[in-house]
Amino acid sequence: MFKAFQVPKSLKPTPFHYCPGCHHSIAHRLVCEVIDELGIQDKSLGIASIGCSCFLYFYLDVDIVEAPHGRACAAATGAKRARPDLVVFTYQGDGDFSAIGFNESFHSALRGEKITAIMINNTIYGMTGGQASPTTVPGQKTTTTPQGKDPSHLGYPPKIAELLSQLEGVAFSARVALNNPKRIIEAKKAIKKAFLSQINGVGFGFVEILSACPINWKMDPVSATKHVDELTKIFPLGIYKDKLENQEKGE
Amino acid sequence: MRKKKRALVKGVEAIALGALEANCKCYFGYPITPQNDIPEFMSRELPKRGGVFLQAESELAAINMLLGACATGTRAMTTSSSPGISLMCEGFSYIAALELPAVIVNVMRGGPGLGGIEASQGDYFQAVKGSGHGDFHFLVLAPYNAQEAYELTAKAFELAEKYLNPVMVLSDAILGQMKEPLELKKLKIKEYPKEDWALTGAKGRPSRFKRSLFLDAAELKALNLKLQKKYKRMQKEIRYEGEWDPEDEVLVVAFGSMARIAKEAVSNLRNKGFQIGYLRPITLFPFPYKQIKNIVEESKKPLKVVVPELNCGQMVEDVRLAVEGKAEVISLPYPPSVIPFPEEIEKEIKKCLRRSKCRKA
Repeated sequence: MFKAFQVPKSLKPTPFHYCPGCHHSIAHRLVCEVIDELGIQDKSLGIASIGCSCFLYFYLDVDIVEAPHGRACAAATGAKRARPDLVVFTYQGDGDFSAIGFNESFHSALRGEKITAIMINNTIYGMTGGQASPTTVPGQKTTTTPQGKDPSHLGYPPKIAELLSQLEGVAFSARVALNNPKRIIEAKKAIKKAFLSQINGVGFGFVEILSACPINWKMDPVSATKHVDELTKIFPLGIYKDKLENQEKGE
Repeated sequence: MRKKKRALVKGVEAIALGALEANCKCYFGYPITPQNDIPEFMSRELPKRGGVFLQAESELAAINMLLGACATGTRAMTTSSSPGISLMCEGFSYIAALELPAVIVNVMRGGPGLGGIEASQGDYFQAVKGSGHGDFHFLVLAPYNAQEAYELTAKAFELAEKYLNPVMVLSDAILGQMKEPLELKKLKIKEYPKEDWALTGAKGRPSRFKRSLFLDAAELKALNLKLQKKYKRMQKEIRYEGEWDPEDEVLVVAFGSMARIAKEAVSNLRNKGFQIGYLRPITLFPFPYKQIKNIVEESKKPLKVVVPELNCGQMVEDVRLAVEGKAEVISLPYPPSVIPFPEEIEKEIKKCLRRSKCRKA
């Protein structure tokens, strides 16, 4: 007899503070499982960002530094350039990565920094109480778009995973979701590839995770999880770039 | 006979050489005049020494790259000039809160706004009073020639590690772009252990983290009190130079390149027999308040303190705080663009002398 399902070694035994139905805790767990499987807990450096996930350091049992809002990829760049032997990853929200920090995110990807970036896309600023973010979808009601987001006023949501896949420096770019077990398994595979992108020295690894925010979506957890299916119509799931796969195929 | 190794260099090159002397391993920066010689120099020299030169997409990115590199315990720096420094201010506050030993050089140019590229000391307030949100301070070093630029930049790395605090070297366009002989002294720059704080992967130890978010009021208060204690400890680092006498009628207080002009003016007047003292703060934070106060208190004459600056009057506020109302403090502001000759300063100092003589009569 052996335990097939356990708490990842790199996940601290601290109860999550996240709201019921929030997908952050699943994403945290997946990152930890990948860290364990790759055996990199003792050489990982996480860059926490600003948003609900800024308390990353209370849950992940690896070295972590907190970057200013949006600057995680720049801080990761500095750390990785200073210490190429470390495995450096960021964990950011859609506001952090694609609004205030888009320039830092984009240029890190452009340079092909050997870092891994995880972007939780819940189409909203969760921590500050549910304001609109760039990824807020047309018609979505938020505290700053009470009539629903008007794209002629605020623009259409950016498809970050597709966008980054266009850059030479990006080794892996995918969009995943966590609203059913199959997708969770796929998400973990994607996160692992995004880590392998830097470990194998191929380039920038990126995973966009569609995530539920029941409280700010004003939904119960079950409806919010179902609603992620709606989001996949605007943000299609898939692997948009995989240089590792191409390498394996010998291309 | 041992030959001294000398070089004819610009002030900004002296800064870069000082950083190399301190074994700086990483440089992050973004082009801006008048400090471009530093990134250009570093792009040539750092990779040769196994270091990292990276041109960032903005000063905002550069300061956060510095944050990331310093978090791993690696000696790293950035340099910029006034508008670029403004863009970095967010990062300064985080670096101070995270207690990281970052070295930042500001080769000041004229402002506000885009200003101009001529020398200025207009960023005194920004460097000394707070360039970012919250209660924090840099340790600020203000060189006044190439030799000091070299030595103080190297020292900045040691002080940053000693106090786990960002250190700013505050230079300007005159000092930066003027060529002077530099003696390439071997400097003893102490390196402090980093094992107890650096984030290098949790190998053989529990994982650790550095954060600046403290939603618990008591924790945030504790961080602030800890920082304040550190700033008090920094008082030990106060540096200044000068010449004064209890018989002096005037004390001239100036820093950086203005101190050079003022020093010449003072020396000319002293040669003519006038009783004039001179003090140059080398650390702007911590500021030599006590030393200035002592000079005023020991003065046997009604001392006037003259403060020439390449700005509209900034350091003069600290001098006023220092004298505690016990001496008249006269501001000699020189807004950016026109650099005064020593003769001009002499004329202004003489006015003070005449006035004091008139009063006596």
